Amino acid sequence: MIATTYAIQWVLVFATSALLILVGAVGVISVKNPVHAALCLIMTLIGVAVAFVAQLADFLAAVQIIVYAGAIVVLFLFVIMFLGVDRREHIHFEPLVGQRAFAGVGVAITVAGLITLMAKSHWVSGAASVTTKLSSGNGNVRELGTAVFTTYLFAFEATAALLIIAVVGAVLLARRERATPEEEA
Amino acid sequence: MNWLAIVDPLFDHGVDVAVIVIVVVKCLVGLGLLMTSVILMIWFERKAISDMQSRIGPQRWGPFGLLQTLADGLKLILKEDLIPSEADRTVFKLAPFLVLVPAIITFGLVPIGGTMTIAGHTVLLQVANPPMGILLLLAMSGISVYGVMLAGWSSGSKYPLLSSVRASAQMISYEAALGMTIVTVVLVTGSLSVHNIVTSQSHGIWHWNLIRLGVVPFVVFVIAITAELNRPPFDVVEAESELVGGFHTEYSSFRFAIFFLAEYMNTITMSAIIVTLFLGGPAGWAPNVAHLKWLFPIAWFLLKTIGFAFCYIWFRASLPRFRYDQLMDLGWKRLIPLSLGWMLIVAGFLVAPGWGFMMGAVVLIAYSVLARAFSLGQSREVGADSVLPVVGRRPLPGEVLRSMTDEEGD
Repeated sequence: MIATTYAIQWVLVFATSALLILVGAVGVISVKNPVHAALCLIMTLIGVAVAFVAQLADFLAAVQIIVYAGAIVVLFLFVIMFLGVDRREHIHFEPLVGQRAFAGVGVAITVAGLITLMAKSHWVSGAASVTTKLSSGNGNVRELGTAVFTTYLFAFEATAALLIIAVVGAVLLARRERATPEEEA
Repeated sequence: MNWLAIVDPLFDHGVDVAVIVIVVVKCLVGLGLLMTSVILMIWFERKAISDMQSRIGPQRWGPFGLLQTLADGLKLILKEDLIPSEADRTVFKLAPFLVLVPAIITFGLVPIGGTMTIAGHTVLLQVANPPMGILLLLAMSGISVYGVMLAGWSSGSKYPLLSSVRASAQMISYEAALGMTIVTVVLVTGSLSVHNIVTSQSHGIWHWNLIRLGVVPFVVFVIAITAELNRPPFDVVEAESELVGGFHTEYSSFRFAIFFLAEYMNTITMSAIIVTLFLGGPAGWAPNVAHLKWLFPIAWFLLKTIGFAFCYIWFRASLPRFRYDQLMDLGWKRLIPLSLGWMLIVAGFLVAPGWGFMMGAVVLIAYSVLARAFSLGQSREVGADSVLPVVGRRPLPGEVLRSMTDEEGD
């Protein structure tokens, strides 16, 4: 099952990206300072982008950095900076009763699913085009665009609608509503 | 390795030692060019502004004061390197490099000439021509936001933090308009690769994207990229009168020099990117001389880039700084709708003229709705009186805990 094309350069690239992803991921959950955790998250995202490049998915790699590293983690950092990082979080306090047990079950299910998937499909070795051959190395955007706007049009538009709903909802929630006139004193 | 050849003709015959040497030399030459041009750019800026302000400017070091920048750099490096006691040391040390590295990588995208033939290999005069092409510019400008943001935060000081929050908000806001204009260019080129963007404009001045796309995307791009650079008139980040010196107030010595190095690198790179995207890059008239043909595109490229670099200096000398709310208004309410609408119109015309006019009508209707919304929003009651107490909210976990411990302990 191990991929036939096992060239040394691909293994090197894969090892680098895997290292970036793993160190970043472990950092996110183990580092105490939230800003450092956000930085570790960026490291993971860049590792994923490297893995995308190795799989000839250049467009995805670029979008990964532009959207996730460039916009979403910046928003995380905004929130962290504005709320203040010196606030001590009490790790022994559970807002939801029994959330630790639930989390354990969730992790177990995810790991089991991953192992099943790995046993059934190709091994991750960093080799490109293992499942299907990409028709050309340069037609990334064209192929993605065709897929998104023909085969998966409904899913794409539904996602767009979902995002709009989320934005409108956030604006509505954030708007300060005029309370009853009596309270306004 | 065949897919590499699609990207760069250098890899047509596989990768051997000669190819690796060429790639390394290209990287080194690119870095050397960038460093040299930073030195010249700083000198040029100081001289040009001096002229505009009836001063003499640097004149002591080297002919015409050309070595002034080197002297300044040496002075900065020899100064004491301070780290504030309140600073987050790791992030404080990391932040300058998060600004510098994207600046260097972005320059690698710019094609500074046509092609050369060295030892039987066709070499693009461009450090790298990745398939993701121009998207790398957006990705790198996304990363450099962190440098500015974390530099301000990690200083552990009030004004740098304010400046870095301003800076990141500004850079993210203008990235949207920037991306939209780049999409317009990519649509008309049909490729993300920077090399293809340049070659598609090489058939004469009427094929330059400046004219082919109408002038609007060019104008939007220049404004957005100036804001992205935090150059005047968009330098609210450094606003000395409000923020002491901006996000790098607490920096000294070499780290301070790195911020300035990156800023000037970015100024040069962005002038070059404007030329690449809208003015045909190295395209221009070239005489049919046998061995000097490769020289003329480089000369054209340099000429155009210096023109835009001068424009940046001119902006700095002549335009007053925007107020922060004006800056946000311009970005969100003017540039984003304008670039989005123009992109739709260009996409329509690429399909058929009929679609183009239809898109134009749709965009006009959308603009009038938007204008109505803006005028309604402006007539809304604002000020301290309009902000009312919140009706109620769910207590945060920390507050619940505090109330519990307060009951038990104190």
